[in-house]
Amino acid sequence: MSSVFVYCEIEDGQVADVSQELLTKGRTLANELKCKLEAIAIGSKLDKVGDQIIPYGVDTLYIADDERLFPYQTLPHTSIVVNLFKEQKPQIALMGASSIGRDLGPRVSSALHSGLTADCTSLVIGDHYDKKQDKNYENLLYQIRPAFGGNIIATIINPDCRPQMATVREGVMKKEILDPKYKGKVVKLDVAKYVSDEDFVVEIIERHMEKSKVNVKGAPIVVAGGYGVGSKENFKLLYDLAEVLGGEVGASRAAVDSGLAGHERQIGQTGITVRPKLYIACGISGQIQHRAGMEESAQIIAINTDPEAPINSIADYVITGDVAEVIPKMIKYYKKNSK
Amino acid sequence: MKAYNIIVLAKQVPDTRNVGKDAMKADGTINRAVLPAIFNPEDLNALEQALRIKDQFPESKINILTMGPGRAADIIREGLYRGADGGILLTDRAFAGSDTLATSYAIGQALKKMGKIDMIIAGRQAIDGDTAQVGPQVAEKLGMLQITYVEEVLEVTDKTVTVKRRLENGVETAKCPMPLVMTVNGSAPDCRARNAKRIMKFKKARTVTELQKENEDYTALYNEHPDLMIQEWTVNDIETDASQLGLTGSPTKVKTVENVVLQAKDSKIISAADDEIEAMMVELIKSHTIG
Ligand SMILES: Cc1cc2nc3c(=O)[nH]c(=O)nc-3n(C[C@H](O)[C@H](O)[C@H](O)COP(=O)(O)OP(=O)(O)OC[C@H]3O[C@@H](n4cnc5c(N)ncnc54)[C@H](O)[C@@H]3O)c2cc1C
Ligand SMILES: Cc1cc2nc3c(=O)[nH]c(=O)nc-3n(C[C@H](O)[C@H](O)[C@H](O)COP(=O)(O)OP(=O)(O)OC[C@H]3O[C@@H](n4cnc5c(N)ncnc54)[C@H](O)[C@@H]3O)c2cc1C
Repeated sequence: MSSVFVYCEIEDGQVADVSQELLTKGRTLANELKCKLEAIAIGSKLDKVGDQIIPYGVDTLYIADDERLFPYQTLPHTSIVVNLFKEQKPQIALMGASSIGRDLGPRVSSALHSGLTADCTSLVIGDHYDKKQDKNYENLLYQIRPAFGGNIIATIINPDCRPQMATVREGVMKKEILDPKYKGKVVKLDVAKYVSDEDFVVEIIERHMEKSKVNVKGAPIVVAGGYGVGSKENFKLLYDLAEVLGGEVGASRAAVDSGLAGHERQIGQTGITVRPKLYIACGISGQIQHRAGMEESAQIIAINTDPEAPINSIADYVITGDVAEVIPKMIKYYKKNSK
Repeated sequence: MKAYNIIVLAKQVPDTRNVGKDAMKADGTINRAVLPAIFNPEDLNALEQALRIKDQFPESKINILTMGPGRAADIIREGLYRGADGGILLTDRAFAGSDTLATSYAIGQALKKMGKIDMIIAGRQAIDGDTAQVGPQVAEKLGMLQITYVEEVLEVTDKTVTVKRRLENGVETAKCPMPLVMTVNGSAPDCRARNAKRIMKFKKARTVTELQKENEDYTALYNEHPDLMIQEWTVNDIETDASQLGLTGSPTKVKTVENVVLQAKDSKIISAADDEIEAMMVELIKSHTIG
């Protein structure tokens, strides 16, 4: 049975969070399909990445190590992945829906004429019956993703072409080491066989990467706190909720001004504009300047002690109650009901 | 003076940012009729980058290529109002149901007919399909280099383009050889406004199909004002392999679609009681909003 494959992104010798999350998901899918989990790491000075990657339950890790392969460039990375996929013929290939994965994935999929589903929020194995051909497909990858600005959820399948390729954003899947002592093998690729000199046509003149970043803008779920959250302790609850849901914490200006949150998190007219699929407004009254930065969210939950708070008029769910009481319950019932 | 041949890829999209309560039909499909059809926002950022290159090298030519139904001719008129030199509408039922790969194939085959191209500039992502895949796939189909997430074209020289790329956690400056495909981010400068003189001039620009609908004598119009002709290409105007087009040429299939817009914004009012909060969380997990 051909394998599930994960492309691992590496920066400064560290495997990206999104890749670790995909390895965890890949392992689950491989178990279900009773096949191997394989991974590829492309870059420079990769001696130590095996120790980071194998424990996720990776059976074979391919390494392409060459000075010229870091930082990421489209053509050489594409050549390696395309040629390796032609040899190994994986049935599923996963990449981060990151600046790298969304540059590489479509190029690879075009070269292999295999479908690619962008930005999946859920990946499950399932069967499919095709009426027109009266044909049954077993064990396809259901690639579930929002589209139309988060207003619809589509389940996409690739019945006939392989690999079935999907990208997933950071924070969507959970990461979990399978076994620190997992026995997987490492295969070093002969890079010259996979790339040609013509692949190195781009000259990277300058590069600035920030290590840890607050990315409220890109988060699919934003838990935002206002003045009504009241204290730093209560604000901690918002971080807990954001963490379990895979979201980020935002804030109103009143919360920022009173020191409850950093300025980089301020949402509104004089802050950032967000359009997540879910916005949870905690102790925020919903003044027009705040709404300017969040009212295009696909769904809004308002938690406010005041049943007449202006935010309620644009909310899908209005919870009349105290933040300190409601949030722990949301965490509890999310954990209880999600798999 | 150096001149560049630039193609801007632009898509007409339903304005998914303003989805109201009647935007979804009962069966979960999009009610396109109530959503205004607009110029995909990041394609306007792409057009602006092209116009800036033309500002610097005025002999350059900018043509817009759009694939879509007949009314997508609006995209080309909009481009003309803002400074593009012309455009082509690629339209045929054979393209219906295309995924990004079949879309890129059709667009790629059209581009192959357009002579020597120096730069193809696309938006990063369209706001309906939301995949950001068409730009890189078009590049692959043409065997060209792609450079994604462009925020600013810093310099164009004889054979190279230097750009600033905005990545999720940083910036990169890269020098790339032409020809190439660039995709432009929404964080790039907004597109300049329409030009009043150009509106006066190009509001009559039409495709043949549009003129036939309006019962206009197009040969007369086009003879007198060749620049008012919006070229319309069907599958017969480009070389294609039918197995790579439309639904047949699309490896990905949409199995099911669910509508997640709550009917209207009638809020659900709930209390802090355990059972009510649990019911809400279950609903959100079911609709894939969380989990
Ligand atoms: C619910 C749903 C989910 C979908 N999911 C997927 C999926 O995961 N994978 C997949 O392969 N297909 C998918 N599709 C199909 C995809 O949306 C269409 O193929 C679409 O025509 C092109 O993709 P996009 O809108 O995502 O464009 P993007 O790739 O986001 O567009 C990027 C840029 O390419 C240019 N461009 C794109 N389309 C055109 C055009 N018609 N004319 C001119 N320029 C253009 C524009 O410059 C645009 O800014 C999905 C469709 C639906 C309805
Ligand atoms: C030019 C200008 C620009 C501005 N730009 C911005 C901006 O970018 N972003 C921004 O956010 N604001 C901005 N503002 C400020 C804005 O007008 C509001 O003052 C601000 O949004 C209010 O923040 P708030 O909702 O957190 O606080 P408040 O208005 O004080 O609301 C607190 C809310 O919490 C509720 N509450 C209290 N206790 C609890 C509890 N225990 N549990 C649950 N709910 C509780 C209350 O009922 C109330 O609704 C701007 C103002 C101006 C004039």
